[in-house]
Amino acid sequence: MRAGVLRAPSPLPGFGLSFGIMMAVLSVVVLLPIMALLGRGVVIGPAELWEMVGTKRIRAALSLSFRAALIASVFNLVFGLLLAWVLVRYRFWGRRLIDAAIDLPFALPTAVAGIALTALYAPNGAFGALLAPFGIKVAYTQIGIWLALIFIGLPFVVRTVQPVIEELDREVEEASATLGASRAYTLRRVVLPTLTPALLTGFALALARSVGEYGSVIFIAGNLPFQTEIAPLLIVIRLEEYNYDAATAIGLAMLLISFAMLLAINIIQIWSRRRIGDV
Amino acid sequence: MIHTIRIGAHVLAQGQFARNLGDGRIEIDTGNRRLAGKPVTQHGLHTAKVSPLLHLLSANHWRSGLLAAVGAMTLAFGPTSAAKAEDTVEILNVSYDPTREFYRQYNALFNEWWESQGHEPVTLRQSHGGSGGQARAVIDGLEATVVTLALSADISAIAERSGKIPADWQLRLPHNSSPYTSTIVFLVRDGNPKGIADWDDLIRDDVQVITPNPKTSGGARWNFMAGWAWALNEYGGNEDQARAYMSDLFKNVPVLDTGARGATNTFTQRGIGDVLLAWENEAFLALAEQGEDAFDIVVPSVSMLAEPPVALVDGNITSQAERAVAEAYLEHLYSPEAQALALRNFYRAWDTSAASDEDIARFPEITRLSIDDFGGWVEVQPVFFGDGGVFDQIYEEQ
Repeated sequence: MRAGVLRAPSPLPGFGLSFGIMMAVLSVVVLLPIMALLGRGVVIGPAELWEMVGTKRIRAALSLSFRAALIASVFNLVFGLLLAWVLVRYRFWGRRLIDAAIDLPFALPTAVAGIALTALYAPNGAFGALLAPFGIKVAYTQIGIWLALIFIGLPFVVRTVQPVIEELDREVEEASATLGASRAYTLRRVVLPTLTPALLTGFALALARSVGEYGSVIFIAGNLPFQTEIAPLLIVIRLEEYNYDAATAIGLAMLLISFAMLLAINIIQIWSRRRIGDV
Repeated sequence: MIHTIRIGAHVLAQGQFARNLGDGRIEIDTGNRRLAGKPVTQHGLHTAKVSPLLHLLSANHWRSGLLAAVGAMTLAFGPTSAAKAEDTVEILNVSYDPTREFYRQYNALFNEWWESQGHEPVTLRQSHGGSGGQARAVIDGLEATVVTLALSADISAIAERSGKIPADWQLRLPHNSSPYTSTIVFLVRDGNPKGIADWDDLIRDDVQVITPNPKTSGGARWNFMAGWAWALNEYGGNEDQARAYMSDLFKNVPVLDTGARGATNTFTQRGIGDVLLAWENEAFLALAEQGEDAFDIVVPSVSMLAEPPVALVDGNITSQAERAVAEAYLEHLYSPEAQALALRNFYRAWDTSAASDEDIARFPEITRLSIDDFGGWVEVQPVFFGDGGVFDQIYEEQ
């Protein structure tokens, strides 16, 4: 590689134009807002930021937000895989309808989803009334938060895993069977390793989406400090107090934790690719 | 001058201004043909609520940079927002949560009166949300012509932080710039099964109380101060005991909604809680919508004189014509007809001369303390609802 050349030469024309447009859009839409957040954080200073994030209330909200997002995403990982598997491998009446319904959480305004879930799971709602005699409360508890996050995160896992399952070579599974492997063994040693990178990507997307989710959660969570108050709500509360610095601090904390989690998932992904080869 | 007009529900067209058709529409020349339609003004295109993140980013020194970038994009994609109508006046009323119904009716009433005075009809827009959030939107650049918010603290915050409203704004209109007042009452389930009569019942173990979050809702701050007023009175001015009372009260709160309307829905639609602390107008509205046999209103022994004030946002006024309409819009709120309308919408208005007897007789007698008894919102806001204030301490201690 020659010194001073930032890209490998390509016979395809139009690099300058497409790269320029890409950078302009990326800067305005993604990089600039994040840089603004970081820049404001630098102005405030790390010591003050740390002090603002260190209060019990913010720690409780951050831990709730990330814990709930993790639980919901793990659930989505398992259930999303099952859903994608059923949709690809089996033919049944209404399959296309269910396939289309998976995208609903993408399309539905999150507030609508939150209100609908609350109406169903409130103690006087259709499902809530069934659960109430057993002393199970869903709406206005942490369970309600998980439910909302599962709802909005599910399509991410299904839609990333589905095409990979479609591409799976069934002959490999047949070969595994003729070599004497049991079904469970084939699933564990042949199918799952191939799906792992896609599953991890879907998991990471669902996780990233649910950590910052505000619209739907706000309706179904009780929003009580220390119990059901999510970090994004605390950001809004700080803004209402005109305390932009504290809002920045919470925003930065969420950004950093999310970044660390996504980095960890990416490292696992690279490691799993190395182990089983690129799919 | 290039104008943008609206032809259908979603169809916009742009061209040179040709002539004014007189009925609120203008004709433009697009180069190959002439089109008529309602002109779209700049803030007609940008009234969408800005996300919290954008609010955060638009705070002062970031704004210019962002604007430059957005400006560059706008230039690249055509000068759509460069057009600004001069011929019609548009009023944007930025209000709080429960006034939707009242201002929808008032806008019709005002336009009718305005036209009867021989003026062109004006476009009246309204925006509703939590009072604090609305104030912040105006500070961050929402082009409100007038603000009609839940408490003076929110309008004062606009005056202080944006300078778009003079500091003495509350003296410009009668009754502390509050054309109507309200108070805080209890809404309970039909027949009052828990026997709730006054504030001391709210801290019983078997009672669940619904109130929104005072951090995000103006009405909730009135709720909080009404409870505080009763407790101070009850315990002979002992603040520690009043604080203990408020702490016990909030232990009985299972849900903290972000706005007054949200709390009303939680109580009426979801069936959560035994008592809703509500604006009196909101409580009457719930009765009117859900039927008299769904809920009862309980009037506590002590409550607050809630004054939701109105103000002109001088800094957003661009023309003399706009100022004239905006001033008339606020002043007409004090006219007998508008006062009667407020009374019909369950607000306690001042002038009862044009109201029906039924609307006047509805309001029970109640001892209402003024926020000035506690030093006014200027003192109350930081001490009770600021970061680390009394409300935060209640939850830190639990």
